[in-house]
Amino acid sequence: MDVIYLDNNATTRVAPEVVDTMMPFLTSDYFNPSSMYDAASGPAAAIKQARRTIARLLGKVRPDEVLFTSCATESNNTAIFGTVAANSERRHVITSAVEHPAVYNVAKELERRGLEVDFLPVDRSGRLDMADFVRALRPDTLLVSVMHANNETGVLFPVEEMARIAKETDPGIIVHSDATQTVGKLPIDLSGTSRHLDLLSFSGHKLHAPKGIGALFMRRGTRCRPLLLGGHQEDGRRGGTENVAFIVGLARAMELMAERRDADEPRIQAMRDRLERELVARIPFLQVNGAGAPRLGNTLNVACHFIEGEGILYQLSSHGICASSGSACTSGSLEPSHVLRAMKIPFTAIHGSVRFSLSHYSTDAEVDRVIEIFPSIVANLRRLSPYWDAAANRPRPEAMSMMDSAAAPHS
Amino acid sequence: MITAGGDPIYLDYNATTPVDPRVADAMLPYLTGCYGNPSSSHRLGRQARQALDHARSQVASCLGCDPDEVVLTSGGSEANNAAIRGVVAARGGGHVICSAVEHPAVLEVVLALECEGRIELSIVGVDQWGRVDPDEVVGSLRPDTVLVTIMLANNEVGTVQPVAELAARCRERGVLLHTDAAQAVGKIPVAVGRLGIDLLSVAGHKLYAPKGVGALYVRRGVAVEPLIRGAGHERGRRAGTESLLMAVGLGAACAIVRAELADETERLTGLRDRLESRLRAGVPGLAVHGHPTERLPNTLSVALPGAHAHRLLERLGDRVAASPGSACHADKVQVSHVLSAMGVEPALALSTIRLSVGRFTTGGEVDGAAELILAEVAGTRAGAGFQR
Repeated sequence: MDVIYLDNNATTRVAPEVVDTMMPFLTSDYFNPSSMYDAASGPAAAIKQARRTIARLLGKVRPDEVLFTSCATESNNTAIFGTVAANSERRHVITSAVEHPAVYNVAKELERRGLEVDFLPVDRSGRLDMADFVRALRPDTLLVSVMHANNETGVLFPVEEMARIAKETDPGIIVHSDATQTVGKLPIDLSGTSRHLDLLSFSGHKLHAPKGIGALFMRRGTRCRPLLLGGHQEDGRRGGTENVAFIVGLARAMELMAERRDADEPRIQAMRDRLERELVARIPFLQVNGAGAPRLGNTLNVACHFIEGEGILYQLSSHGICASSGSACTSGSLEPSHVLRAMKIPFTAIHGSVRFSLSHYSTDAEVDRVIEIFPSIVANLRRLSPYWDAAANRPRPEAMSMMDSAAAPHS
Repeated sequence: MITAGGDPIYLDYNATTPVDPRVADAMLPYLTGCYGNPSSSHRLGRQARQALDHARSQVASCLGCDPDEVVLTSGGSEANNAAIRGVVAARGGGHVICSAVEHPAVLEVVLALECEGRIELSIVGVDQWGRVDPDEVVGSLRPDTVLVTIMLANNEVGTVQPVAELAARCRERGVLLHTDAAQAVGKIPVAVGRLGIDLLSVAGHKLYAPKGVGALYVRRGVAVEPLIRGAGHERGRRAGTESLLMAVGLGAACAIVRAELADETERLTGLRDRLESRLRAGVPGLAVHGHPTERLPNTLSVALPGAHAHRLLERLGDRVAASPGSACHADKVQVSHVLSAMGVEPALALSTIRLSVGRFTTGGEVDGAAELILAEVAGTRAGAGFQR
């Protein structure tokens, strides 16, 4: 059975073009880029070229503002712990309640270490309230770290605007954004609209490079200590022999994303919109999480009232369809996601959320297949649900009354 | 494949190793397919999880530990950073001991921790062969010592430290011992049980896996605060989506080491000694750094009196790949901290090159490299004489 892979916010397949670019560095060009002999100049030049390419694609920033890491999680840890360590005179951090665990849990750790952290709430569509943000800014605010797009719902945050406000309030505030879900999918211009951002994290494996490579944009002059010490690599900002093959792969993948963006994004969004429209039309008591907010064009997160997401995923998987409930990083846990809790998704739906995320490799036929299968999976599971009156084929009255009650807030 | 075309004779296996073609073959399916996220519950995710578990068990078998004692990292440097910072954070600071010949990925971390005021640091010296004295290490232990970190084998001169003895004596006193085994795994037998250590760092690219992967062994029950936080990957000890491809590469490389090490050690020793005797025949006064017996089988750090290591290697350029015993920073030549700690005279240190053989080195390459090096040394001397 062919696999229909609609879990591209979890990870993506490596593009064949990226594989081709990486292969020499996994075979013949194995030299340590720090070595002094001629042969090592190949890998060293390849890293330099990759850094230049990525710098250009981020809006013509300086190559030395691009730092290679092992993943976006490391980039986020470096950005947050690094700025906190380098700016000890300030002790206040602003983030959101719906960040990826790689930011959320780091922020929680900062609280344990005695910093004050504001986790900005979101509304039922997953949007931030700018007034909340402005009110949260303080004279001792050190860092604002807000994701560009949410991994679970695809909801976009106005990070450019937030960065501008933060900098106009106090140029000393450092602004970081976890852009793991947007780099490649959306144009990012760190010299233009995003010029107020100091730090930006992203990862290769969300844009058809392999898992195990990430990057951190660090604007010149940003006070930030390294997370990994032990070498002159990355200008002393990240020790460790460079992962040459994956660095080259990341640059190639970003080039491909940029080249294909104009054609891909409308096509992917049209598929996503059709999937959304058809599922909403065919399935009663289905809500789109993040509807009403600006969203990534590839992401559809639906909450199916009265059933459990894990059951849906199991059924989808038996049809070869790969999707996820919330984020892959927290799957396996039966706790509803902190993102959906923060959005106050009703109790009857919070366990029934399924995320479909599309990519360049997604096809109309795959979307058709989901439209065909998904409604019957939901209907079958509902027949077994204690909240569902199978005979009447509708929710039990007491379940209906629970539909409006929001989930308990995250403890 | 390795030395075809214009490639140099590669005698720099301590800097990095080529990816073994068998490792590359093992990785290939995960490069072109099976791209699932190991944390996903669907079929591709489960496939990825199985491959990750298998790779971890291969690493564990190689080290002689349980799979859940292996934390996968992005490299040896991260493993060292995670081990040292992790133990210090878990203990809330204290006193740390390291040797003067550690890799920068250990030295810079302990020095930073000292600067940050989180630890008090003792750096123990080494003898003329680059070995620490276990009595001196034990004598430096204090009631508040939380960690001793001593490398298993030195990257520059190959000296193997008495880690098993240190581990036993540290354990008697309840002090944790970490060892950076980046240079040891793949060259000498490394069994964590026999060594008796608590934490051990592995670097993939020193054992024929790619750059960008490593591992940290953490003995069960040893508390280590994570360096990289986030979602619950690696049982909460290292966040970040696992690099399946890299893990598979490291696993395959470890499986090969486990199967072939016994024969390999002997072969490497033969090649290394052959290289030494060829050079000795042509260079009067040649001095070998490092311990005469307690040394990695592949490493030959030699002073070629009268030669200037940097210029020599520059001229050898695309013919022989090796490393100097000193580093060039902003046009200032700096004698390596390892040779300094061993008390090597600066002049001798500046004439030192490190030659390290490996899995793909042949007898012919050793002979060829020796010939090229001797010719250059002779040329240097003639040139020097002319200038005078």
